[in-house]
Amino acid sequence: MNVIEARGLRKEFTVRAKAGRFRRTSSVVSAVDGVDLAVERGELLGYLGPNGAGKSTTLKMMTGVLHPTAGDLTVCGYAPVPQRRRLAARIGVVFGQRSGLQWDLPLRDSFTLLRHVHRVPAGEHAAALRRCTDLLDLGSFMDTPVRQLSLGQRMRGELTAALLHSPEVLFLDEPTIGLDVLSKQAVRQFLAELGARGDTTVVLTTHDLADIERLCRRIVVIDHGRVVHDGTLTQLHERYGSQRRVTADFAVPVVPGDVSGLPGVTLESAEAARLVFALDSTAEVGDLIARLVTWGTLRDLSIAEPEIEDVISRLYLSPATSIMS
Amino acid sequence: MGFVTATAARQAGRNFFELAAQFRSFATIGFRRYATYRQATVASLATNTTFGFLRSYVLLAVVAASGAGSIAGYSRAQLMSFVWLGQGLIGVVLLWGWNDLSERIRSGDVVMDLLRPQHPVFAYVSADLGRAGYAFATRFLPPVVIGSIVFGMALPTRATTYALGLCSVLLAVLVCFLCRYLVNSCAYWLLDNRGPTMAWMVFSGVLGGLYFPLRMLPGWAMWALWLGTPFPSILQAPLDVISEHGGVPGPAAMLAVQAAWAVVLLAACLLVQRRAERRLVVQGG
Repeated sequence: MNVIEARGLRKEFTVRAKAGRFRRTSSVVSAVDGVDLAVERGELLGYLGPNGAGKSTTLKMMTGVLHPTAGDLTVCGYAPVPQRRRLAARIGVVFGQRSGLQWDLPLRDSFTLLRHVHRVPAGEHAAALRRCTDLLDLGSFMDTPVRQLSLGQRMRGELTAALLHSPEVLFLDEPTIGLDVLSKQAVRQFLAELGARGDTTVVLTTHDLADIERLCRRIVVIDHGRVVHDGTLTQLHERYGSQRRVTADFAVPVVPGDVSGLPGVTLESAEAARLVFALDSTAEVGDLIARLVTWGTLRDLSIAEPEIEDVISRLYLSPATSIMS
Repeated sequence: MGFVTATAARQAGRNFFELAAQFRSFATIGFRRYATYRQATVASLATNTTFGFLRSYVLLAVVAASGAGSIAGYSRAQLMSFVWLGQGLIGVVLLWGWNDLSERIRSGDVVMDLLRPQHPVFAYVSADLGRAGYAFATRFLPPVVIGSIVFGMALPTRATTYALGLCSVLLAVLVCFLCRYLVNSCAYWLLDNRGPTMAWMVFSGVLGGLYFPLRMLPGWAMWALWLGTPFPSILQAPLDVISEHGGVPGPAAMLAVQAAWAVVLLAACLLVQRRAERRLVVQGG
């Protein structure tokens, strides 16, 4: 059974704008415009989209804090809004820009409160807390008031708070926003281990594509409230013509020969001893290299995997309709 | 929470002990939160005490001018009780300065309150009772001690007064909290909640018996306030119960009115919460 199931999910907001001194016009904006999504137990799903694409709105509907305008939605077998408090016991939520911790009190106090909030037996709670403390390195600031924590420390606290009751689904809305490299790594490492255990479903939205690359097998891209891609990262690259790059450095300047016989290979640049080729998914790297060695003495050769940024930015820029077709 | 041993019981229905444990942990958080800021406690205490002196001298002048030795059925000592218990109770019921909820609505942080298995009103009321417990020790007792030393207060003569007084204070905290919750909830519709907050500050003080005893008003006005508004249930009721004012309404009637208001306001809070959640727009992305 699917843990999350959405069919035709929509959310419309009425936006009022000033039009003249007294008049105001109101228009309806679809933040989420017919999203279909099925997520299985244990999946680690990356939910991507540009600002304002409807990611957070979808997450808020899935957690039961926003009413969908239309469509069917079940999470853990519940209808999120009418059964929000029951659902809350089964899910964990981290909104990167909100805090679920007690601002004025030591971090530890928030965790103690959550034990009672979720009615977790003391032993189970202690074990879960110990695990999180080890993995996320909370020990040094467990007794520091939350308001004095750095952003990275607080986010690690938020993650722990969302996980202490062993939720079935974890919703993470930009959990790495504003974090430094080390904190990001700690959070990613933690999520990777959580994903590897396979009993927690994770839905992750982020603008940090490295998060997605490292963590998610399945990627759902949403733009203007519609799903424009649902599949693996490789499929995404194939579909949007991602190109690998082969950079060849020769011992002496060479004149590039003809590559028209090699399918999918184009010469991007040639300056003195360095040639750069772009290869699409149909190209064979071996054939290209075999050709290169006939042109001169190769000193260095590097193959760069396609940049996920390129793909995503091309995806965001292209009109939604042409992608859907 | 040693009552729960089996994991299965977690998902099953809740029992009284679990509810009590949840209440206790929310209350502990409320208590600790306020106990963290000691300087704020001292500052509030200093303000309450200063105004206590001010109000004492004003009311003593009124008594002296009347020439009868008492006004509206309060003796001189009872008036001093009225003033100093009132100054102490301001902090316990937390008449002013609570805009946590409206701020959370404005910033959108309120979603985190909605993502708990408990009803938000339950979580907030528990935390507020914990806060009131802290305030009782730190903001009620000192002004009362100072007042009785400097001016001489009428201490309760009957043992039952202590029990009734405690009940009345508890109901007053509850009524005041529910009022504050409603005032704060206006932010779901208004976002900027300064208007309702200001109105609340004015009415709760004037109509609640903080600035002058409501018994000084004509009978019809006093009754209209008692039955038509929750304000007298917040300060006038516990003050009259503890200072043993002999007039009508008596302590039992006042407690009954307080309890009735608590029920009405609770129903209003639950209704408003339901309506608010339906129209909730989470601010700030």
